[in-house]
Amino acid sequence: MNLWNRLMCFSRRRSPWLFHMNSGSCNGCDIELIASLTPRYDAEQLGVRLEGSPRHADILCITGPVTRNSVQAIKTVYGQVCGPKAVVAIGSCPATTNVFIDSRTLDGPLNRHLPVDVFVPGCPPRPDAIIQGIAAAAGILAERAAKRWPAESVMVPMADPESACDCTKCDCTKEDKSSADTPAREVQP
Amino acid sequence: MNLTTALARLLIFPGLLFAVPFAWFFLWVERKSVALMQGRIGPPFMQPFFDFIKLLGKTTPPRRGVSGLLMKTWPLLAVSTAGGAVGLLPVLPSSGGFEGDLILLLALLEVPSMCIIAAGFSSRSIFGEIGSAREAVLSVSYNVVFLLAIVSIAASQHTFRLEALAHLPASPMLILAVVAILVCLPAKLHINPFSLPNAEQEIYSGPITEYAGPELAMWELSHGLEWVAATGLVATLIAPHFTAVWLAVLAFVVLSFGVVLLLSVTAAATARLQIDTTVRFYWQCTLIFAVLAISSALFMRFRS
Repeated sequence: MNLWNRLMCFSRRRSPWLFHMNSGSCNGCDIELIASLTPRYDAEQLGVRLEGSPRHADILCITGPVTRNSVQAIKTVYGQVCGPKAVVAIGSCPATTNVFIDSRTLDGPLNRHLPVDVFVPGCPPRPDAIIQGIAAAAGILAERAAKRWPAESVMVPMADPESACDCTKCDCTKEDKSSADTPAREVQP
Repeated sequence: MNLTTALARLLIFPGLLFAVPFAWFFLWVERKSVALMQGRIGPPFMQPFFDFIKLLGKTTPPRRGVSGLLMKTWPLLAVSTAGGAVGLLPVLPSSGGFEGDLILLLALLEVPSMCIIAAGFSSRSIFGEIGSAREAVLSVSYNVVFLLAIVSIAASQHTFRLEALAHLPASPMLILAVVAILVCLPAKLHINPFSLPNAEQEIYSGPITEYAGPELAMWELSHGLEWVAATGLVATLIAPHFTAVWLAVLAFVVLSFGVVLLLSVTAAATARLQIDTTVRFYWQCTLIFAVLAISSALFMRFRS
């Protein structure tokens, strides 16, 4: 890898800009995501910035179990984020639809629609876990630096497929977990 | 020789080679001082540099036609004019040749703001258009005060030459004019309490909502260069006269840093005002500084 690519790798790891999107969440994960940016957790030390426009973002943070109404919206916003990009699913809802499973208003989980790079399970996950997930996603972006975009097929292998959802409220089955189109990296809270 | 010195000023000091690292440094100071005021640690020292490099490596959405071409042109124009304004600042003693004058400097300082207005409208985003309209209203408000303050300094010295303005004798008129300029700088740099065009909780990123990748990197850089140019203008006005070059450079850097710190702390300590409050503030409250400054300048001129 030449010097420019190494610099690009390093910069991508150190400067993840987020766009936050709610796909029908109960607002619990949204509050925790905002908490991770507040002075107590101070995610800006990692260069994290919450951006208002998806055009500026590198990492799309999606909360919620993906309702039917929001499917087209998340696809549109994913298209608006310029590459290279990563998707972080925050909470158990986007991973498995959580307690809303089998609801007829849902079209989840998230990885039926978008290639998810990092799952941050929890109901809601702690801000520490969210920051860890964002850092992992920034690492994935850095790995993509050397490769030519688009590189949607480049995914980090799943660490442990059995623990896609570790919340106690969730009764998700193994079929739900294996329905993932793309393997993804785990972040344990 | 004259051409060499002019090029050296534009490209090395106080031009691009000096201004670009300082633009990143001032952007870092802005973010870091907000973080410290909020009891956080804040971004690492090299953060604006990393952001810039990362943005250069991102793709831009495909845009066709005149609009796509304009969206590439505006950020480049903003960067080059802001860089040119920094290059014109009379930091070093004169050595002949092209030096520009105050009118050119003011025009170059104004072009990035015009570019932002045009950029918002050419992006055709509703948020961009609202941001551009706000920037236009803001520009009309603060520029009256800003220009009156600068014109009062020029009128008191009977000249538009930058060299003469760099070595002003301290007077009450100069203090009034510098205060008026300092009050205008937050609006010129789009920071709190006048961060109306890029009010992120209201209109996302304002005029630059649709810009991505290298174009956004250029906007960030032009914002940093505007910081260097605007604070450098104040620093040259208030810097004492030094014959030694290194002392002049040191005074310029230290005073610029002081102004950046003052503006950043003000930004961190204040909340955003509404657009009508802002316009009223500039037209009713701040105008008095400018009017006092220009009347005292005219008075000094009649007495002399």
